Amino acid sequence: MSVLVYTESEGGTFKKIAFEAVSYAKGIADMLGTSVTAVSINGNNPDQLGKYGASKVLQVSNDQLQNFNASAYADTISQAAKNEASQVVIISSSANSKYLAPLLAVNMEAGFVPNVTELPTSTSPFNVTSTVFSNKAFATTEITTETKLIGLAKNAFGILENETSVTTEGFAPSLSDSDFNTKVTSVEKANDKVTIADADIVVSAGRGLKGPENWGMIEELAEILGAATACSKPVSDLGWRPHSEHVGQTGKPVSSNLYIAIGISGAIQHLAGVNSSKVKVVINNDPEAPFFKAADYGIVGDAFEFVPQLIEKLKEFKSNNA
Amino acid sequence: MKILVCISHVPDTTSKINFTDGDSKFDTNGVQFVINPNDEFGLTRAMWFKEKQGATVHVINVGGPETEPTLRKALAIGADEAIRVNTPATDGFYVAKQLANVAKEGGYDLVIGGRESIDYNGGMVPGMVAKLTGANFVNMCINLEVEGTNATAAREIDGGKEIINTSLPLVVAGQKGIVQEADLRIPNMRGIMQARSKPLNVKEPIDTNTETKITGFSKPDSKGAVKLVDNVDELIKLLHQEAKVI
Repeated sequence: MSVLVYTESEGGTFKKIAFEAVSYAKGIADMLGTSVTAVSINGNNPDQLGKYGASKVLQVSNDQLQNFNASAYADTISQAAKNEASQVVIISSSANSKYLAPLLAVNMEAGFVPNVTELPTSTSPFNVTSTVFSNKAFATTEITTETKLIGLAKNAFGILENETSVTTEGFAPSLSDSDFNTKVTSVEKANDKVTIADADIVVSAGRGLKGPENWGMIEELAEILGAATACSKPVSDLGWRPHSEHVGQTGKPVSSNLYIAIGISGAIQHLAGVNSSKVKVVINNDPEAPFFKAADYGIVGDAFEFVPQLIEKLKEFKSNNA
Repeated sequence: MKILVCISHVPDTTSKINFTDGDSKFDTNGVQFVINPNDEFGLTRAMWFKEKQGATVHVINVGGPETEPTLRKALAIGADEAIRVNTPATDGFYVAKQLANVAKEGGYDLVIGGRESIDYNGGMVPGMVAKLTGANFVNMCINLEVEGTNATAAREIDGGKEIINTSLPLVVAGQKGIVQEADLRIPNMRGIMQARSKPLNVKEPIDTNTETKITGFSKPDSKGAVKLVDNVDELIKLLHQEAKVI
């Protein structure tokens, strides 16, 4: 009957979103008067999940699952849910979780609501709140099936510590050959860079930078802040920056703690992709730029003047606060 | 190869989002509807398969008669036939069941949907169709090649991409990258004229259940005004002491 949560890891290291998902699961478990069971696939030191409220970890150690496989992972999680007789299952909103979610929902005959931002407003009926219309609105949705699948929006609930005594058990899913009909043959990933999905801070720039040769200061600013770099759609369409940096409605979503927009006017499609970030800063020389209406802090001014200053002052700030 | 492209009929990206009937329904008043952008990238890739590999392309939507102009636009872009399943798109699972039924009956080799619709952002329908029909599935697909029954796809992952080998029957959820923005087609007059005489078949829905029910909408609290500063020292101070994000 416990609340089941899938805790993602990469190369054995649990992701921050895994801790957030456990924190959220603990919140629901408290509402339902039950406990939290986490499923870990090849994660190291699963006991650390107790810190966020897990009472039990089902630890899957399986070489076939070393690389992510949506079908096999979905089967593993649904079998774990069955094992625990769990009626509420929590996953995150990572690219991998979004891949496995619909397969898992069909496996469990569970109603699925993604992009959930807070604890259920009631558990009977089971009502959850999620973002819709690209963060321009919230919907309250009743999940009417016996089993419920919730996709937690990133950085909405937060990581809450809730020290709980935890036991870890091995769990061996039964997988079929058909699970491996889609095979990953290669992965291209820059390992030295913070990804937009994982970043606490994102530094993003637009056409106001005038050309790709001017991105050096954006990269330097990002490096000082430990941030990911991103760009607006026109910049990626012009080929100034790779498509993988395009954030906005048809690009990547951003839900960071801090989003710094430099030389980006703030088209409605861009704002739709970034407005779930907590704090937004804009630097733009056009005081009429729509981004000023969406931002928390702003500087009306030239990026070529203010960004180098920001870099210098942040270096000082970092060395004083190290 | 028979391709089925799933088309969501969604408010244009610049639409004002408002609700009516006690905040229980999306207000369509004055809203322009379009092909969901993620679906349009997939449709454009389907056109490539039609032109280069002789594929047949059908488009499908689950919805009322008001969605037909969107299907006609897909026909004008070049799809051969359209199907409308005549029922409101109540929830992701219900829509997936309707699509899976047509996909199975029609013997489609490849079903292309979008990463998510830009209205409800569910991102679940293509994967559910795959599971319900027993097809392979690639989400967030940014490249797709098909040779015989073998398919090679690229999937966007956090921080990069992965290359996937799989086989037909296959369902992919496309997005920008499966074709580029510059490859998108604006229907020309000839396409629009031809679309008028292409088949648009209306099919009655199969009887199936829903799993979720939206009971209400709300809009985010309006944000306070932006705090303007004129020097970076002040900005750093605010970000550190007030916003506590650095």
